[in-house]
Parts: sequence; structure tokens; C-alpha cells
Amino acid sequence: MAHAPDARDPRVADAVNRYWRRNVTIMSVLLIVWAVAGLGAGVLFADTLNAWSLGGIPLGFWFAQQGSIIVFVVLILVYAVMLNRLDRQHHEELAAIERGQS
Amino acid sequence: MSVQTWTFLFVGVTFGLYLVIAWLARVSDTKGFYVAGQGIPAAANGMATAADWMSAASFISMAGIISTLGYAGGMYLMGWTGGYVLLALLLAPYLRKFGHFTVPDFIGDRYHSDVARIVAVVCAIFVSFTYVAGQMRGVGIVFSRFLEVDVNVGVYIGVAIVFVYATLGGMKGITWTQVAQYWVLITAFLTPAIAISLQYTGTPIPQIGLGSELVGQGTVLLDKLNQIHADLGFASYTEPFIGSWDKLNVFCVALALMAGTAGLPHVIVRFYTVKNVAAARWSAFWALLFIALLYLTAPAIGAFARYAMLDGLHGKTEAELPEWFHSWEQTGLILWLDDGDGTLAYTGTDANEIFRSGNLGTAQVAGIKRDHERWLRGDSAGRDGRAVLRQAGLSGPDRDIIVLATPEMAGLAAWIIAFVAAGGLAAALSTASGLLLVISSSVAHDLYFRIVNKEATESQRLLVGRGVIGVAVIVAGILGIYPPGFVSQVVAFAFGLAAASFFPVIVLGIFSKRVGTVPAVAGMIAGIGFTAAYILGSVYGGWSNWAFGIGPQGIGVVGMVLNFAVTLGLTPFFPEPDESIQELIMSIREPEGAGPGLDIDHSIEAD
Repeated sequence: MAHAPDARDPRVADAVNRYWRRNVTIMSVLLIVWAVAGLGAGVLFADTLNAWSLGGIPLGFWFAQQGSIIVFVVLILVYAVMLNRLDRQHHEELAAIERGQS
Repeated sequence: MSVQTWTFLFVGVTFGLYLVIAWLARVSDTKGFYVAGQGIPAAANGMATAADWMSAASFISMAGIISTLGYAGGMYLMGWTGGYVLLALLLAPYLRKFGHFTVPDFIGDRYHSDVARIVAVVCAIFVSFTYVAGQMRGVGIVFSRFLEVDVNVGVYIGVAIVFVYATLGGMKGITWTQVAQYWVLITAFLTPAIAISLQYTGTPIPQIGLGSELVGQGTVLLDKLNQIHADLGFASYTEPFIGSWDKLNVFCVALALMAGTAGLPHVIVRFYTVKNVAAARWSAFWALLFIALLYLTAPAIGAFARYAMLDGLHGKTEAELPEWFHSWEQTGLILWLDDGDGTLAYTGTDANEIFRSGNLGTAQVAGIKRDHERWLRGDSAGRDGRAVLRQAGLSGPDRDIIVLATPEMAGLAAWIIAFVAAGGLAAALSTASGLLLVISSSVAHDLYFRIVNKEATESQRLLVGRGVIGVAVIVAGILGIYPPGFVSQVVAFAFGLAAASFFPVIVLGIFSKRVGTVPAVAGMIAGIGFTAAYILGSVYGGWSNWAFGIGPQGIGVVGMVLNFAVTLGLTPFFPEPDESIQELIMSIREPEGAGPGLDIDHSIEAD
């Protein structure tokens, strides 16, 4: 693998750690939304939310059968966009370090 | 043309299409057979994943379950879509970076142990078989109705078809065939949904129709349903947590399905087929988007079908009964045992007269009907068949007929009814072939090549792979004829097993550098062992949900927690993985190296 970063370089190790921390942060935030929308609104608070209604559908019921799914699709879209951008930044960062070396 | 003629036509044409694609894309080398040469575009891969994913359970059973359970049906919807979020965020990109063929490969390499690999292979095979059995049963139901044969004969036909089809092409064939199957199944699902929504509520969008007023009634569909349910003694359609589906069980089933999705080997293998890590993420997005099209429509079909069924059956006399009732009555999936007043009662109380034959044989059902006739005449040798069937837990029609019968209930054109059959078949076939491939690669690659015969040539491995598919289809067929429950229940068990075995060790394998071999293997064994024992004990041994009142479908969550607990609990007492494994983990976490634009096609077989 020609482009594997050289982990012995402390600047590379820093960049890799930074990338991983950002990745984990994005992931954690999205997973919290996932849990709140799906297991929270769809199950744990469904009985409470049913007091409201959305377009003729009780809200808890709507979250369980429609809303949660829509949120899930959006979550993966956001993840793909953010992480792929983070990947590109990381790639450029490493390329800059490499250029600095040579 | 009659429904049957249309069915032959659609099933024939679509099936021919799949075979042509498989033939055009036929492959000769092993890598193509398993992961399609790693060059599938993300959107196409997403579509194939969606078809792979949406099985007979999604297509045939799910709307039926929602229709019967009301709110609680949402746990299947959330479970089978929410899992994709876990998959996309926790697993897909890392496994793609890892870049090997199968899940057992990852577990074997990460935990650096053949024992771990074998345990993973056994788990993969176990999960896949449970799942594939549900598909065979689904195919059987489609054929039994439209060819007017017994469900078991339908399963035989399905076995023959899947066998021919899975051994003809490899994964290349399967990927592109699944793209075609996706279109067939999604059109077949949406067409009747749109037609019914138009007919009942005047809006062409089923998701909006779900909350709309019924044409000419001035009442919102769901309110009307709740009102009918209250009148007939059924539990409310929209209120959550009624009866055995309390908050804890709905929560556990939803979570087990989510974690199970992320641990299902036939879905994970899909993410090895894309170009790079970024494409793996996009692929997960496309897959869920395509899946959501069907999953957002199923609740509408469920509610419309519920209304059509109650409105069409309750209070009708023999002469007034709709045509669809008679055609499905022949399959035994819906039965009417009258109390003598000549009027059908479909209620949630003891007065209910609608049943299904379940696992009872034709002779047993005939016997119950005969005794019931005698009982009606006041003969002391007779027995009230309603009580017999109620005690056997067979009240209400078989849920699996609802999607297939809905177009008939709404009086849609014959070609739509037949098209739905072709869609159900596409759903079952695409999933079955994907699963069979996992079973065959688990045996041929992970077991035969990696452990038994490390010198095996490509042709030897292909031969073993194809042979395993043959055996697997037959075993799956037998399981399809003697199923332990409804299609989607059987499938739910598979998810529980996957959640309890794979999910924790894969996640920990990526996100912890500390977890070593022994804890991981112990965790997997504890998780799948507990879950399998609990499911078997509940289904066959008459266990009464002793684990906090959680039913067998949700028990995978407890198995998963157990797996995590055992693995993490043992970790401090065992050495951390060696240097080479640490490097492997670091490289998986980093998208660089397999970097953008780098061709990793040729680096894979090198190791």
C-alpha cells in the first residue's frame, strides 16, 4: 500500500489521532439523534407523544411507523457527507506533511 | 385474462429476466463469485443491498404484521431501518477498509485465531439458515395461492427455482439481478398501495393517505379504524403498549432487529463490493433510501388492509362475502367457522369466527370442521371448532396473506394482483440467493480454504462453494416446510442470533485495541448460546419468558448485553492483541492507504 501514512512521524500520528477523534465525535452525535428519534420518540415516549397528532396520525404512532425511518435516512446522508469531507481534509493534511518532509 | 394467467406471465417474464442477467454476467474466478470484482457503483450497490435486504418477510409479512398489531408493528419498521444507521456508522466503512471477503475473515484476522474464525463461521451459517428458511416459506405462500397448490408444494417449487438460479451465476450475476429484482419488487409494492390510497382517500401518496379522511365517510382513516376496533373488541390500532407488547418488549425487539441488521453477514458482505471507503458510506445511504420507499409505504398498506378486511368480512353472509375470501380460503390461510347464524363475525372477542389453519395438517382442519358441524347440529360428539382453534392460538387470518390479498380486497385489476405475486417472488429470491452465497462463502472460503485446505485451487473452492449451495437450498427447503412460526418471526430469530453473536465482537474489534481473542470467543459463544437456548426453550420447551418477561423475539438484546459483558469482563485478565493486530486496527480506522483513487483490487489476493 503505497500511500499508507508513516505512523512513526509524530505529526502523522497527531493527524491520525485528530481524524479519529473527529470521526468518533460526529458518530456519537449522530448516534444520539438515532437513539432519541427511534427508540426514544418511537418507543419510550410514544404513549406521551400520541396526545399530539400530525396530519391525522397520532404523533407517537407516526414516529414509530414513519418519522423514525425518515430521520434514519437523513442521518446516514449527513454522515456520508461529513465523513467523506473529513476524509478529504485528512488526506490533504497528510499530503502537506509529506510535502514538508521532502 | 385471469389472475392465474397474468401470474404465469409476470413470474415467467421476470424470472427469465433474472436468468438472462445472470447469464450475461456469469463469472469464472472465485473473487467475482463472492464479491463481484469490487467495482459496483454505490447507487447500484445500494439497490442490490436493498433487494438483498427486503426479503419475503419485508414484502409479504411486514404490512400484514402491522395490520394485525397496529402500533407495535412499528418495531419491525424501526428495527429493520434503524439497523442501517448502526451499520453505516459503526461497521461498513471500517470493514470496507479491512477489505477481505467475509465477516468470519475479519473476526479471524482481528482476533488472530482460527477458533474465533470457526465460531464466526458457525454463527454465520446458523443465522443465514434461520433466515433463508423464512424465504422459502414466503415463496411457498406465493405459489400456493396463485398456482392453487398446497403451501408445501409451493415450497418444493421454490426450492427448485432458487437452486437453479443460485448455482447459475455468481455474485456478479446476483448483484445485477438484485438491481432488477429491486425494481420489480418496489413497483409491485407501490402500485397497489397507490391504487388503494386513491380509492379510499383520494390521494395518490399512501403516506398521506394514512392520515387522510376516507372518501364519502368524513372520518379520518385511523380514527375510523380505532372506532371499528373498539366496536369489535380489538385493541386500539394506534395506542401503544397493549397486551403482551409492553414497552420493554417493543424496545427489545426493535433494538435486537437494529443490532441484528448490523451483524447480518449477507448485508455486511455487500460493503466489500464498492470501490472505496467513501463509496461504502454512500452505498449505505442509497440502500436505506431504497429500503425506506417500501418501509414507509407498508404502514399505509397495513392500515388500508385492516379497514378493507374488517369492512369486507364482518357482518356479511355467505352470499355477500367477497371473492378474495373464497380464493384464500382454499389455501387454509383463512377459515370461517360460523356459530350458526349465517353471519360472519370477525371480532377480538370469543364470538370471533375467523381463523387460520397454522401448522395443522389438512386432515386435522377437516376433522375440526366436521366436529364443528356436529356441534352446530347439537350432536354431543361434536365440538365447538372455534374454541379449539382459539386455544391453539389460531384466531384471525394468517398475517402472511395480507399484502398478497390487499389488491384483491380493494378490487384492483387482475394484472396488479399478479404483479404483486411476481414482486413477492423477487423479494424472496433476491434474499435467498444473497444468503445462500454467504453460506457457501462461509464454508468454501472461511472453513475449507482458510482452515481445512490452505492449498486449495480456485476451481476446488468454486466447486465446494457450488456444492454447499446445493445442500443449503435443500436444507432450507425442509426448514421452510416445517417452519417454527410466521415468516417474519422466523426472521426475527435470525436477527436476535446475529445481534447476540456478531455485533459486539465486530464493534469492539474496531473500536477497542485492548480486547483479545479469548474474551471475544467466550463472548460470542455466551451470546449465541444463551439466545439460541432461550428461543428454542420458548418455542418448543414452553418457557414462560423468565428473563424479565422478554419474549423470544427480543431476547437477542439480552444475548448481546451478555456478549458485551462477558467480553469486556474477561478482557482485563487476558493479554492485549500483539503488535501486528494493533497495526491492523489502526489501519482499519484510517481511510488513507486504501486511499482515494487507489486500486486495491489486486492487493487482496496477495496475502
